[in-house]
Amino acid sequence: MNIIEVKNLIKKFDDFKAVDDISFSVKKGEIFAFLGPNGAGKSTTIKMLTTILNPTFGEILLDGKNPSHDALGARKSFGIVFQDPSLDDELTAYENIEFHGVLYGVPREVGRERAEQLLKFVELWDRRNDLVKNFSGGMKRRLEIARGLLHHPKILFLDEPTQGLDPQTRNHIWSYIQNLNKEEGITVFFTTHYMEEADKVAQRVDVIDHGQIVAEGTPEELKAKTNASSLEDAFLSLTGHGLREENASSVDNMRNHSRAWGRR
Amino acid sequence: MNAIYIIWLRQLKRYLRSKARIIGSLGQPLLFLVALGFGLGPVFQRAGGGNYLDFLAPGIIAMGILFTALFSGVEIIWDRQFGFLKETLVAPVSRLKIMIGRTLGGATVAIMQGVIVFILAFLVGFRPEYLTVGTFMLALVFMFLIAVLFTALGTAIASQLDDMQGFQLIMNFVVMPLFFLSGALFPTEGLPSGIALVVKIDPLSYGVDGLRHALTGAANFGFATDFTVLLIITGALVALGSYLFSKIQI
Repeated sequence: MNIIEVKNLIKKFDDFKAVDDISFSVKKGEIFAFLGPNGAGKSTTIKMLTTILNPTFGEILLDGKNPSHDALGARKSFGIVFQDPSLDDELTAYENIEFHGVLYGVPREVGRERAEQLLKFVELWDRRNDLVKNFSGGMKRRLEIARGLLHHPKILFLDEPTQGLDPQTRNHIWSYIQNLNKEEGITVFFTTHYMEEADKVAQRVDVIDHGQIVAEGTPEELKAKTNASSLEDAFLSLTGHGLREENASSVDNMRNHSRAWGRR
Repeated sequence: MNAIYIIWLRQLKRYLRSKARIIGSLGQPLLFLVALGFGLGPVFQRAGGGNYLDFLAPGIIAMGILFTALFSGVEIIWDRQFGFLKETLVAPVSRLKIMIGRTLGGATVAIMQGVIVFILAFLVGFRPEYLTVGTFMLALVFMFLIAVLFTALGTAIASQLDDMQGFQLIMNFVVMPLFFLSGALFPTEGLPSGIALVVKIDPLSYGVDGLRHALTGAANFGFATDFTVLLIITGALVALGSYLFSKIQI
């Protein structure tokens, strides 16, 4: 059974097609990697899947719900760890987790237990009452992941979850997620630039480039198809060696402005 | 219900933790009270207007609420910038509930600011004989209406802006005219007809009038009009703000 179903999805920004007619599906209980170079359309696709961006054309079904018509229903089926920061800097680590738990309707007792377990797991329990603005980049990342795992949704979206983390932490976190996948049957949809990570964890991979899906299959199939010894080589042979440019979003621009103003 | 509460609580925590913001935002009202209150007081008295500080203080309290409320609404832009907005927007909570939580949070903070300005005014010498506990309660009702109205307006505006570029625009073309043309600083009787019309359109005029009436007994439009106008506009802006907020994309 397919828990994510995407048909002919298109997203245009003015004349630029960020996502250009893609179709794919993810089976229930699968760990699925969505790979592509910078600017390929990964994050735009994830935004549409997670109801915060409307598609120009095409259909999405998340656990049978269409985000365009039943956004709230669709939201009930997933959790997400975003690529960019999404913590409240003025709250403590624990308050960020607590806020999430209440919004996602996690029962109080369960929430408390899991919060403690997860904060200990990412080694932030001792810092739980510190304001997030005093955290380093890696600590914030770990907190985001802990927060994302607080509730157990049917689908877990992870947009470059491990970027900027050391190998120890990455391994640690992936084994936790794999365990969650096995024990609770949570479907995992993730993106990453660490190809060996995708090779190790993903059961199936789609490669997207220039807004289109250029390959699909298990890591083994992709390697065999491209005659490559590693998924990284397979990826490069599928998407080429040229460097990509990514337009800064307005949010990025604004971040630069605020830096210039020295607000934070 | 829990979701609304936790969103409200977050706004409150953020406000109480930013001591610099609280203290900073008191500078302007204090300056207005002292400079205008004492500076224009004698002229106002000679013109037969009575005690200018008594006249001015409710207007400055309204100003404190206006600024704080509008900026609480506009804070959505910051949340968008620092990414936190996404966290609330993908949660399985209706956007209406998020909007209600935010608006009540912003309004609560704005009322607190209003009460602090009231205390400042009291310290500077604002002690109208009319004022009792009962009339102060009535003043709180008007503070609440002003606060909700402008938080909703701030939310509506902020949901249309991607970044802080438009911020100066809001300051100069929304906040300042709302304040200066509300009768907060001058009596609205006997104005040239053009200005009089603008004052009548400005929703803050009714807030200032209601507040002034409750605190000092001086009225222009009367409680019934003030209350009805504020209630209708507040309702409309909350609806508009909720609608625009529900359409936000990232």
